[in-house]
Amino acid sequence: MQNDTPELPIFPLILSHAMRPLPLWPLSAGLSRLAGHILHRHPGINNRIDYYQDHVFLLDITDLPLFLTLEPRKARLRAFRRSAVVPGHDAGISGPLAAFLAMLHGQEDGDTLFFSGALAIDGDTAAVLALRNALDDAELDLAAELAELLPPIAGLLRAGLPGMQHLTGLCLQRGSAASERAW
Amino acid sequence: MELVCPAGTPAALRAAVDAGAHSVYCGFADATNARNFPGLNFSRAELEAAIDHAHARGAKVLVAINTFPTAGEEAIWHAALADAARLGADAIILADPGLLAHAAERHPGLRLHLSVQAAAANPDAINLYARHFGIRRVVLPRVLSVEEIAAINREIDIETEVFVFGGLCVMAEGRCALSSYATGQSPNMNGVCSPPDHVAYTSEGDDTVARLGGFAIHRTPRGAPAPYPTLCKGCFVSGERQGHVFEDAVSLDASRLIPALARAGVSALKIEGRQRSRAYVAQIVSAFRAVTDALAAGREPPALALARLAEGQAATTGAYAKRWR
Repeated sequence: MQNDTPELPIFPLILSHAMRPLPLWPLSAGLSRLAGHILHRHPGINNRIDYYQDHVFLLDITDLPLFLTLEPRKARLRAFRRSAVVPGHDAGISGPLAAFLAMLHGQEDGDTLFFSGALAIDGDTAAVLALRNALDDAELDLAAELAELLPPIAGLLRAGLPGMQHLTGLCLQRGSAASERAW
Repeated sequence: MELVCPAGTPAALRAAVDAGAHSVYCGFADATNARNFPGLNFSRAELEAAIDHAHARGAKVLVAINTFPTAGEEAIWHAALADAARLGADAIILADPGLLAHAAERHPGLRLHLSVQAAAANPDAINLYARHFGIRRVVLPRVLSVEEIAAINREIDIETEVFVFGGLCVMAEGRCALSSYATGQSPNMNGVCSPPDHVAYTSEGDDTVARLGGFAIHRTPRGAPAPYPTLCKGCFVSGERQGHVFEDAVSLDASRLIPALARAGVSALKIEGRQRSRAYVAQIVSAFRAVTDALAAGREPPALALARLAEGQAATTGAYAKRWR
């Protein structure tokens, strides 16, 4: 079988180490605010997640020192230390941050990442597919969502984004082809 | 040749149209659609907007109402047909003879295509559907060679559409008894031989094990490429042999056979993958559009390198150019 795994960058170790002391409560509060903002602006996400809105989704971003859990109906995105036990969940996705961001921004296909071994799933497979399909249809741009949520830093984001993308190799915003929503 | 492309969501439809699809096929988010998967498909309002978007850019929208109506609940399928017609669908893809009869009688102006789910694989069957229901195109099952397709085209008067990329069913389409045995569900009614709620991935030691309906299909080292979790492409022990006893873990890529398919009289090329993302759709559609454009211009089609996007990350030309073991 041909192994043609997409080459994905690993989140810089120094930045990962720097994240370790981050206090979990304010981090979770900030992440949940972002999740709530996105789910409010894109109601189609929860419509498509449908039966699985009450599920707990584990986002095991393997090159970060944290686990994240997403509860769509509560718009809750919480952080847990990787050194602790894996948080309880109904469905889980694991892989490097680059895979999550590339999939979210429409740069990489979720199935391709999964079948190449870059992403792994566990638990309720149907729920994972519902979440993936819902996010794919939403055509999210995380940088734009952050700028919308925090107008004072919008200028800083715009100025710093190209450098951050270059430094980390991560896909931090939606591709140019999809940036103009047609309808 | 017409390039018929998949769209599981409105975003995927826009990606397909932007990438050069001549036609896009999609379906409603209900039991009328064989690909009625979690998080996929179109509401009536979304389909209306999608058709407007496609038509404004010169692309057609084909609506798949390709399951078999449940006795006593025909109204759901009849309403789907009427709504698709009202919203301006360019064709409806149907499999059930009763629904075809209803469509021909109640919507005489509507263009009807025979779904691959009908598994019509010979001129007699195809001509019967054409004669009785006025179908204008048949989507051929993926079990025919190019020569057999040419022979069929010599004996029918309607268009043929063939799959050129994506998941590969090696059985009579939608009638896989293996899948029904493992899941208790009909692929014809649920549109898939591996329903997601019957698929489970578990870590066992250093391996990831994929199961369908509790049956282990394959075991791969964690992080290694894994094939699609279908029974026909599973790795099993049979007697003293271990391997892919039915079919290798590959999917279809007939891109290099497109000139031969054109000579065989094929009108339309179908890309499978309504369950895939807009990233997949954009990449595959633009690659195949380069091939159809080259053919139309009389140029040599470019060689495509699409294995990375194929299920199982390995491709075959399927029955078009091979024989069963």
